[in-house]
Amino acid sequence: MNTPIFTKHRDVVLRAENLWKSYDHGTIAVLKGVDLEVRAGQAVALCGPSGCGKSTLLHLFAGLDESDKGRVIVNGVEVNPQRNLLRLLRYEVGFVFQLHNLIPDLTLAENCLIPTVAAGIDRHTAQARLRELTERTGLSHRLNQRIQKLSGGERQRTALCRALMNRPGILLADEPTGSLDEQTSASVFALLLELVASEGVTLLMATHDRKLAERCDQLVEMHDGRIHELALSQ
Amino acid sequence: MIFLKLILTNLGRHRIRTLISIAGIAFSVAAMLTVVTILQGAIGMFAGILSSDSQAIVFERDVSDLFFSNVPSAAVETISAWPMVAHADPVVFGIVSSAGHPIITCFGVTPADARIHKATWLAGDRAAFGLKADDVVLGERAAQFLGVNIGDRVPIGHATFHVIGVLKTANGFEDGGVFMSLGAAQSFFHKEGSSSVITIKLKSKGDVNLFKSMVKGNFPNLIALEDAEFNRSYSQFKILKATAWAVGACGLLLGGLGVANTMIMSVFTRIREIAILRVNGFSHVQLGGMILGESAVVSLVGAASGLLIGICILFALKQVPALDGYIDPAIHPLILLVVILLALLTGIAGAFYPAVYAMRVRAVEALRFE
Repeated sequence: MNTPIFTKHRDVVLRAENLWKSYDHGTIAVLKGVDLEVRAGQAVALCGPSGCGKSTLLHLFAGLDESDKGRVIVNGVEVNPQRNLLRLLRYEVGFVFQLHNLIPDLTLAENCLIPTVAAGIDRHTAQARLRELTERTGLSHRLNQRIQKLSGGERQRTALCRALMNRPGILLADEPTGSLDEQTSASVFALLLELVASEGVTLLMATHDRKLAERCDQLVEMHDGRIHELALSQ
Repeated sequence: MIFLKLILTNLGRHRIRTLISIAGIAFSVAAMLTVVTILQGAIGMFAGILSSDSQAIVFERDVSDLFFSNVPSAAVETISAWPMVAHADPVVFGIVSSAGHPIITCFGVTPADARIHKATWLAGDRAAFGLKADDVVLGERAAQFLGVNIGDRVPIGHATFHVIGVLKTANGFEDGGVFMSLGAAQSFFHKEGSSSVITIKLKSKGDVNLFKSMVKGNFPNLIALEDAEFNRSYSQFKILKATAWAVGACGLLLGGLGVANTMIMSVFTRIREIAILRVNGFSHVQLGGMILGESAVVSLVGAASGLLIGICILFALKQVPALDGYIDPAIHPLILLVVILLALLTGIAGAFYPAVYAMRVRAVEALRFE
């Protein structure tokens, strides 16, 4: 059984402790001893150049990858892909990618319902949640559209709905607006912040866009696999 | 519903590939069904010859084929006199040839035999059977393919016979056979003083075990078997059945390889999608189930199509005049069940490796896959 740790920091929902990660048998070091804490309800932006380890850090928090050294703690429980990955992915963490990563042959609604199918959530509850999220994201009139017929912004909003379907407490977003034009990017990001705030979700987002990053509660600067600076946004 | 839709969507993406897999299973199932049913029908007909109006059959112990069995005439006389026996009919089986027809089944029977009594006589007088040694009665189909009719003389093997009748039976072997008197057959096949088998009708079916033990006690070289028992144990039937199932199994194996190929390609081309499902909480079991589900759909659709094709083939064969009486298109429910289960198992076995591969996909690596 997983026992919660860090009881003195109850509100810390994401914690990385001395995380190291390398690829190609250690020849490419990506994370070099990362320590990070994200508190409940915060919106935190991870900034830094390509290859600095932002995505890798997000993958480790989602349990999609394993660190060489160090610990990842989500909601007070150490992430162990062999033991608690499904619980993490189904109920605790939602993930939004730079490329929407939707299944093209399914409709918008079917894509959004995938996490509920995985978690075995009953149809009635799932449909109600789908209606709620698509209304809030302005997609309710596109429910039966196939993904190919959606615009880039609509696709990313669909991905956002899918990530929040099972009411996770944490949203991990890897360059969520990176593939969109400036205007669409701004509107999707505004929607992201609005949803995160209204749902009480903790956001950890990797981004290149410093303007967007500065609108988060906290900005974390990464460089060469290390965290260089933590700053509160204005 | 979405899980099912995922399965169907995946199959629909590469329709031609899916259809080829379905066709592979379908033709395998059709081949298995056709071969097994035809052979079962043939076995049933051969068994029908033996069990005509009888409950048991007596023949020489340890012979590999009934054509080689020799039952002495003395045994017929003794067994006929036993109180539980209603009648005992000696029968000589033989294979003869005629010009253009290398195999004709020949039956040497007594005038009292049920084959002569129960058949529909299309021509000739039943009462005339067995009066002369060179008289024969032909099955309807034999008369057709030999091109003779009542009153004609027909060369069979090393002799020429006088056709005194044509009869029709539901059994293909009998309908394509030649009937002669027991004595004539014994002489023709050099089996004087013996017959191939004795078919036994008992006064009471309850006496069958007593009858068998009496045969064993009185005639150590003979064996008595109930008809059903004979059908199960006769080595020729076993070989035929095994061959039919083996041929069918080979067909299904090829179909299974087709499914395996389709599913492997299907999994390899959607690694990224599998990773997406994984990131969204799909377990290994759910992913494996999805792949196996796709295979099960292919197998079931293939099996259903194969059954349809097989039934059509059987009915078409039934219409061929040369095969009339040899094909029984009635499919035994057990054969149907076994064929469907085998097709399903084959499909699932074919998808096993792709399913395991899908279960082992590492999401983070697969999401980098373009």
